[in-house]
Amino acid sequence: MSKGTLFDKVWDLHTVGTLPSGQTQLYIGLHLIHEVTSPQAFAMLRDRQLSVLCPERTVATVDHIVPTADVARPFADTLAEEMMQALEQNCQDYGIRFYNIGSGNQGVVHVIAPEQGLTQPGMTIACGDSHTSTHGAFGAIAFGIGTSQVRDVLASQTLALSKLKVRRLEVNGSLRPGVYAKDVILHIIRQLGVKGGVGYAYEYAGTTFEQMSMEERMTVCNMSIEGGARCGYVNPDTVTYEYLRGRDFAPRDETWDQAVAWWQRLRSDADAEYDDVVTFDAADIAPTVTWGITPGQGIAVNEQIPAATELPAGDREVAAEAYRYMKLQPGQPIAGTKVDVCFIGSCTNGRLSDLREAAKFAKSRQVAAGVKAFVVPGSERVKQQAEAEGLDKIFQAAGFEWRGAGCSMCLAMNPDKLQGDQVSASSSNRNFKGRQGSPNGRTLLMSPAMVVAAAVTGQVTDVRELL
Amino acid sequence: MGSEITRVSGHGIPLKGSDIDTDRIIPARFLRCVTFDGLGQHVFADDRQQANGQHSFDQPQYQGAEILVVNSNFGCGSSREHAPQALAKWGIQALIGESFAEIFFGNCVALGIPCLTATPETVEQLQTAIATTPQLSLVLDLVAQRVTGGDRQWPAHLADGARHMFLGGTWDSCGQLVANVDQVRATMQHLPYLSWSAAS
Repeated sequence: MSKGTLFDKVWDLHTVGTLPSGQTQLYIGLHLIHEVTSPQAFAMLRDRQLSVLCPERTVATVDHIVPTADVARPFADTLAEEMMQALEQNCQDYGIRFYNIGSGNQGVVHVIAPEQGLTQPGMTIACGDSHTSTHGAFGAIAFGIGTSQVRDVLASQTLALSKLKVRRLEVNGSLRPGVYAKDVILHIIRQLGVKGGVGYAYEYAGTTFEQMSMEERMTVCNMSIEGGARCGYVNPDTVTYEYLRGRDFAPRDETWDQAVAWWQRLRSDADAEYDDVVTFDAADIAPTVTWGITPGQGIAVNEQIPAATELPAGDREVAAEAYRYMKLQPGQPIAGTKVDVCFIGSCTNGRLSDLREAAKFAKSRQVAAGVKAFVVPGSERVKQQAEAEGLDKIFQAAGFEWRGAGCSMCLAMNPDKLQGDQVSASSSNRNFKGRQGSPNGRTLLMSPAMVVAAAVTGQVTDVRELL
Repeated sequence: MGSEITRVSGHGIPLKGSDIDTDRIIPARFLRCVTFDGLGQHVFADDRQQANGQHSFDQPQYQGAEILVVNSNFGCGSSREHAPQALAKWGIQALIGESFAEIFFGNCVALGIPCLTATPETVEQLQTAIATTPQLSLVLDLVAQRVTGGDRQWPAHLADGARHMFLGGTWDSCGQLVANVDQVRATMQHLPYLSWSAAS
């Protein structure tokens, strides 16, 4: 059992008590809600005549269903409009802070909470969305929950949970040019598998993560769940504190120093004990692309799609299913695979640094004929900042569409969808069958820079050729 | 709230394949709703459409089945409770599988749906037994952690925390959590960040 890790310390601090089942009742410091997984939770509260215990600890926004082209109300999609109205009404009824479209603060829930300083080290954070693991980048313990648990948090500000084991994932060294945080997490998931993290919290440690910006750390923690780990975190350090300083909800003045001192104490001890330790070398990581239907089916861009016989026995059936679905052959190089749609955005890679990096490659280049390419900023603030820097102009000049903030084609609950068996080069997090809105649409996950490389060449291309 | 669940009995339905994610269980377009009503008919919508009537959820011999037998990492991906809700509304009351994704497992607990794990050999034997004899009556015993089908028995496992919640009838944790509000407030006293926010 782990001891002295940040996970242990934060867990202990937030433990309300032990339930008769043996589970822990854990206090949740920040609860984030959105339109998809909350309406039923509020309905359950009403059914049981319960109220919201700490409305000031819940923050709402709308992201999954938001159209990125035309946000005029009512939405053309009447079902989306109904969800939107339910969220507006629930927030009003229960006194919950709501960042609506046009507020300047709306966006993907995992983008807006960090950018406003709501997400802080040492917190427990829950949201009815599996990518809540993103917030672990700050040294918070953050995990996705279902709707019944959203109800539990609203009613009691707590959850019934069993403690996770802790695996330290150490990556050391500098990333090579053209290799990004996205490649690091895709590489880890490829090595440990999509269920390798079940039952674990991942502690990302080592010099590679220490050298990363907060936004890069968020990209890594975001995809912990794709490796099966419900949460992942990085110990807070000066990079974390400098990111937070001056943000809307960050502590100020004399409380700032108290906060930093408290955050420092929460870091994993030098002699902390872990349930497992796995080490990687940053130099071994190349630009990575998924070829299949799980995020673990990734390879370096200069590799060939593996034959089933090269894979562990347990992965072969899913590989066979992936060859069929993706219409790709084992032994075929992934580079050169033609793409139809290029998507830059999502809670994984829709932040300002992602757009800046993508714009570097888009500048003075043109999206290939027949390719639809679009950029969806993660939040209204990201959009506004990107426009202030002229990134929108660079993308548009290159032939990308420049859209409004939301989840968009990461999961295609809004009008942005693949058609038929189109192939998408996507900076998002999931390449599941049908994920991007067409039941036989095909998704290749990669870094935003690699998406640009695919967009301008019309095929999967090693971004290092564009350096 | 919730009643004690010590056993689930019924007919089985096999679903082969690993890493079946919640997007497949219920595609995102069906999440455009404010209630969970009506999700049952859309469970595995795209997989079923592509299987052209050969998906087990469409095969006549499995209609009315209560116990779903799956392979490994079932329910990975999104935290959408719509996935177990859709399965439950189709009629599933319990699952047996090689392994389950964590959020999916927790969502099932909250709905009173036990997810038991078993070895790959047991799962294969169960899937074969059900395919051979769809009318086979299965009994899932949460106390003994065992599955019985006809004159055969297989060991199955349920994590202690979840098992206690089903056996004690406390799988719906909401009431219990709310009852401890004084302890919740006491815990809040030890969390300095609750008074740090600059904006309000």
